Amino acid sequence: MSDEVLVRVENVSKKFCRDLKRSLWYGVKDILTEIYGSRKEQDHLRRNEFWAVKDVSFELRRGECLGLIGHNGAGKSTLLKMLNGLIKPDNGRITMHGRVGALIELGAGFNPILTGRENLYINGQILGFSKKEIDKKFEAIVDFAEVEKFIDTPIQNYSSGMKVRLGFAIASQMEPDVLLIDEVLAVGDIAFRIKCLNRLSELLSNSAVIFVSHNMQQIAKICNTALLMKSGTILGHSTDIHQITEQYFDLVSSEKQIVLGTGQAKIHRFIINDDNDRTLEFGDEMAIQVFYQIDPGVKGQHILIMNFFDVEMKMLSSLSSEIIDNELAWNLRKMVVRFKNIFNTGRITINASIVEIKPDGTRGTFLVNVQAIRVFYTRSNSKAAAGTLIDGVWTQLT
Amino acid sequence: MDQHQKVTVYSSESGLGRPIHLVRSMFADLINSRELAWRLFVRNFSAMYRQSLLGFVWALVPPLLTALIWVFLNGQRIVNVEDPGIPYPAFVLTSVLLWSVFAQSLVTPITSVLQGKSILVKINFPRESLILAGLLQVLFDFLVKVGLIIAVLIIFDVRPAATAWLAPLGVFSLVILGTCLGMLLLPLGMLYTDIQRIIVAITPFWMLLTPVIYPTPHSATATALNNFNPVAPLLSATRDWLFFGATDFTVPFLWITICALLFLFCGMIIFKIAMPIIIERSGS
Repeated sequence: MSDEVLVRVENVSKKFCRDLKRSLWYGVKDILTEIYGSRKEQDHLRRNEFWAVKDVSFELRRGECLGLIGHNGAGKSTLLKMLNGLIKPDNGRITMHGRVGALIELGAGFNPILTGRENLYINGQILGFSKKEIDKKFEAIVDFAEVEKFIDTPIQNYSSGMKVRLGFAIASQMEPDVLLIDEVLAVGDIAFRIKCLNRLSELLSNSAVIFVSHNMQQIAKICNTALLMKSGTILGHSTDIHQITEQYFDLVSSEKQIVLGTGQAKIHRFIINDDNDRTLEFGDEMAIQVFYQIDPGVKGQHILIMNFFDVEMKMLSSLSSEIIDNELAWNLRKMVVRFKNIFNTGRITINASIVEIKPDGTRGTFLVNVQAIRVFYTRSNSKAAAGTLIDGVWTQLT
Repeated sequence: MDQHQKVTVYSSESGLGRPIHLVRSMFADLINSRELAWRLFVRNFSAMYRQSLLGFVWALVPPLLTALIWVFLNGQRIVNVEDPGIPYPAFVLTSVLLWSVFAQSLVTPITSVLQGKSILVKINFPRESLILAGLLQVLFDFLVKVGLIIAVLIIFDVRPAATAWLAPLGVFSLVILGTCLGMLLLPLGMLYTDIQRIIVAITPFWMLLTPVIYPTPHSATATALNNFNPVAPLLSATRDWLFFGATDFTVPFLWITICALLFLFCGMIIFKIAMPIIIERSGS
């Protein structure tokens, strides 16, 4: 990473108006004050206005990729629009060095009746390429987008995937100094997304990138610094991506406990270690005690299942017990599960259920299914001691 | 490597705080947007006419119909128009076509920018290219109309006057006036749909108040009216140059043209500083 600062944002704020008619009227007044040149720094809110972005400051150097995360409406896209020069800040100043490119609206200017070739030139020129530059890059673009056979067909006949590929192919041929990306990688199939990420990694080495996404995996993969925004302000800014994403997840409320199933069983208590800890160290011994009971008279066999989920509801692990005869559980029964905590740092949610086992050995209905029966947090003293779950197979790294 | 030195600063200050920089960047953007303007024009043109059989001939239909109606009304003596000195059909068609050039120039700025609204709110590109693309459309339509005028003059055996070479200058003025008024109305027109509606509603009456379907009147009230109508001297002068030779309107013509150029320049500056505000209020 060089020391060349390409993006400098200083105390930038932006306000919007909630009411449309009032907003248009403010627009007229703003234009007039702009013309008469008396537009000073705006510190107060007029009626019905709110701060979409307030007092945001940061710097970005060449080679850095900033992941911009936050809930919907946090002000990320507004900030990006200001960086792109589409709207003016109400306060503060933004300084951009070099050429600015944006992967924000792929396929801007596409007209469905015109062919892929014609739209390629239009889109390219809107993005700032000259005709000569497009001529040179034409083959590369069509190749990347994999639309050689259809380049002379009207775009209205393209699938949505083809349109997105073409749009991305054109936009990614830019070699800007600053690249702004706004959630464009949410669409497209997996092959396309991999191609995009690879291309982005290539572009990364020579520019400063600001990447807005809700996909924490992508952010963790390509960003080396992260900014968390909430309601227009910065909550966190750090090169520790993991810490920022955890901070983001902490803002999200945890799931409520829901009890489902036929009701023929009940889980009375669910204890982890001595139940005073909600935070466990990586590598700690975990002893989960489950006190449950099956309604007397319900014959058959059952198993106990525990599923562990991360904040994004991805299943990290699934543990199931041996098959047990129901009679053994007609009175309150305790089952203990022991294992080493190898979950990665973060919030873990456990679902517990008792499932009927049919005579032929297959699983039947849920006698009881408790979602979010317990939530706990894993912390790790040493980063190097973290373990990961890869493809459902436990992998101990230390 | 020169590109890397380019520094752009966005702040809340008004662009007018540094007027020289603003004017320079406006001209730079105008020049940079030539290629894009051409391509946008070709795109709009192709998209409009690719699915059409008659194609660009449609540009002629409204003026042609208007002219036909007035020829009919006059020919049947339902309306009595003073004899212009040349065959009335040729007179009225030429006048209506000249008026349509002005009318089109008036609405083109707003319609061009509205057409490009979806790209404007997402990507930063030279916005002047939208205005230029609109102008190219006006120019193209005018060339088609010239074809019709020439055909009509031949059919009705009308000889153009010796001053006919000045007529393109007159057309240029009409376009400048129309574009200037369109640009000045543009910021307000982008925020409130009323402006477009007012223009569409007023235009037919404006045409009737301008000496389009009748020769330039010399009565006192009419002249007073024409003093408030900037289109009247331009249209009368152009028509006189084309058919009759000398015109009484040279002086107002020059004044109006110069003022229109100045106001057009102002309009372009206002466009440049108002667009970010308009984009902000236009959603995404």
